[in-house]
Amino acid sequence: MSRIGVFVCHCGENISRTVDVEKVAAEAARLPGVAYATDYKYMCSDPGQSLLKKAVAEQQLDGVVVAACSPRMHEKTFRAAAKAAGLNPFLCEMANIREHCSWVHENREEATAKASDIVAMMVARVKKDRKLVPITVPVTKRALVIGGGIAGIQAALDIADAGHQVVLVEREPSIGGHMAQLSETFPTLDCSQCIMTPKMVDVANHPNITLHTYAEIENVDGYIGNFQVTVRKKARSVIEEKCTGCGICSAKCPQKKIPNTFDRQLGTRPAIYVPFPQAVPNTPVIDRENCTWFKSGKCGVCQKVCGPGAIDYDQQDQLLVEPVGAIVVATGFELYSIAEKPKGSPIKGYGEFGHGKIPDVIDGLTFERLASASGPTGGKIVRPSDGREPKEVVFIQCVGSRAREKGISYCSKICCMYTAKHTMLYKHKVHDGQAYVFFMDARTPGKNYDEFWRRAVEEEEAVYIRGMVSRLYQKGDKVVVMGSDIAVGVQVEIEADLVVLATAVQPRPGADTLAQKLGISYDKYHFYSEAHAKLKPVECATAGIYLAGACQGPKDIPDTVSQASAAAAKVMTLFAKNELEREPIVAKVNEKNCVACLACKKVCPYGAVEEKELRDRQGNLIRVVAYVNPGVCGGCGTCQATCPSKSVELDGYTDEQIMAMIESL
Amino acid sequence: MHAEKQQHAFEPKIVAFVCTWCTYAGADLAGTSRLQYPANIRVVKFPCTGRIDPVFILRAFQKGADGVLVSGCHPGDCHYMAGNFHARRRFAAFRQLLDFIGVDLNRLQFSWVSAAEGGKWVDVATELTERVRELGPLREFAALEAEEHWSGALATPELQEAYNSI
Repeated sequence: MSRIGVFVCHCGENISRTVDVEKVAAEAARLPGVAYATDYKYMCSDPGQSLLKKAVAEQQLDGVVVAACSPRMHEKTFRAAAKAAGLNPFLCEMANIREHCSWVHENREEATAKASDIVAMMVARVKKDRKLVPITVPVTKRALVIGGGIAGIQAALDIADAGHQVVLVEREPSIGGHMAQLSETFPTLDCSQCIMTPKMVDVANHPNITLHTYAEIENVDGYIGNFQVTVRKKARSVIEEKCTGCGICSAKCPQKKIPNTFDRQLGTRPAIYVPFPQAVPNTPVIDRENCTWFKSGKCGVCQKVCGPGAIDYDQQDQLLVEPVGAIVVATGFELYSIAEKPKGSPIKGYGEFGHGKIPDVIDGLTFERLASASGPTGGKIVRPSDGREPKEVVFIQCVGSRAREKGISYCSKICCMYTAKHTMLYKHKVHDGQAYVFFMDARTPGKNYDEFWRRAVEEEEAVYIRGMVSRLYQKGDKVVVMGSDIAVGVQVEIEADLVVLATAVQPRPGADTLAQKLGISYDKYHFYSEAHAKLKPVECATAGIYLAGACQGPKDIPDTVSQASAAAAKVMTLFAKNELEREPIVAKVNEKNCVACLACKKVCPYGAVEEKELRDRQGNLIRVVAYVNPGVCGGCGTCQATCPSKSVELDGYTDEQIMAMIESL
Repeated sequence: MHAEKQQHAFEPKIVAFVCTWCTYAGADLAGTSRLQYPANIRVVKFPCTGRIDPVFILRAFQKGADGVLVSGCHPGDCHYMAGNFHARRRFAAFRQLLDFIGVDLNRLQFSWVSAAEGGKWVDVATELTERVRELGPLREFAALEAEEHWSGALATPELQEAYNSI
């Protein structure tokens, strides 16, 4: 026997103006199982909630329907009120007679009839509701940060400073990411190394941070609060504990002609190397592809010269399993390279700009290395082809970015600012030089950004030409850039010494593979998707995984650091509790009926379905059934609609509940 | 201030099966934007279109719905990543079945309505209502419903015999 209470809200006049609320309540009172029905001006107000609580107690109600606004608005309010009255909160339902009725229909008779129908549907449903208890899962208060650029470093430091353990995994032999490669940073022109390297050292010295460099994520299992992450520590061929970082191995290595990737191929490095002098950790790594020992079995110089005996040619990859409760993804970006078109990339390429063919056509990051005091030229700006100082430099904006016909439609966001910065750095170092910039739009939103751009134009006299470059070719030792100035409507031809392309910002290669391991979604460019563009900008749709930095979209340093701290704050919020409580809207398997076809496992987007072995007391296998891990289940119910034997049921949306609603039609 | 009630020969019953994240929120937005549409539609909320069993659609038709709308998130926007894709595949097959058993496919509408598309919700609801109004009441299932007297299990003599013979 059910005793349902129905409470019809006037919402001031919002509902009662169009819906005859007294009539709705009177009709509800006649529904089978309804013990009490009333209407009230403001159900969500304190007296309204007291009315509900009082009625639950006095009338011994075992179910409540509040006919008011959308459940998206006040379901929590009324469920909390029901709970306070001693009723299971999941025995309280809302009939949406405002957004779905009074506000969208003008005819009073029709709207009243519809409101009564909606109430009848919800009364039918509430009779089939079951008591549900929120699920609690323990939280492992330990975070994983993927990526050791400025985003990963900031997030790791923030979480570690809050007193939690952090595992930081970086793919390269050193942390630092792209920010360590930059010369000066906009809009203040302070040196990147000066603000970056102390933070890198902080990471290495922090008692709460475990740093795995030259490591990649192999596998991710588990769910919010309880992830098991397998990290592959690639063989360095150097025993980290023994190495003192003296650098004699690199100095004595006979192989010296390997292009230096950190310096964007501008310089060379030996086969045993640290990526740059300020690297953290300052432990070298043997590049096995280029090492003579690994290629021919001869040499072994580094082993001979190493005092502490840290060289181990037989070192193997190590697999470490790290239990963590939250994951921050901060894998960053890569510049789109015209020279090497990535396989399967949707971008068609810009062969016409000669990048990769003409040595004096370089990209923005390469220019950063040229301008950097710690770079291959010691900060002297020279041409890669002949080492001469360029007197005329052309910068081309929006190469790849905002070019729908080529496959990238987004704005790369940072190029307007870094090109303005490049023109300044160039002018500061080559006083008699001239910088030209081909641009279509200048986009400089940000604190002190527009002022910075104006300084480049007005004080440093960079010539900004509004128009695109149509052709670019080598003529003698010059690079001829042909374009148009659409502001004055003339053709422009510049014989440049150096051309710098502001190429598009793209996610790191392999971003899609990592996303698949983590179970997070990404867009068509492989940037990771946030849960909500405005209200959940650092969370993934997968609970317990957060985003920081350019892996989510092009970002400059201030935005990246803000987002990294936000992600860290989200992790700390999660870690503030010992146990996580979550809505019990999860699927359950009826083991009696399940035939273990595992169709549910195939359709489950969360990988929440496992195989479970049923055994007798002697331990003999009886049969296998499906099992839904309630911690992982997201509650979509796809498994239930798929199950051929109707053995899975989603709490809160059972067949009985839905059928009851349909049958009340 | 109320609009004159238009007289129609037939007012259809439309049931909408919607997901809570996109279409339900879209219908809420239509409400907060005070966009008007016919009052024939009754909404049943699901966590995801992936949860919608085709049996619900059959049952709705059987219990007197003249038209059914199924609506969820746009492809690629599913809160549960892939639920709407499963729904789409399921309904592609289900439409064939519905056609086979003799229900006019014009009575069934699938659509994607996002949380930002209050206007689209209104259009979809209005169009379906008007279309079904022209088609008239659904009679194919009425006889079945009258015969069956739903009791939680199908109890036709044929089925009973079939059960007994097992």
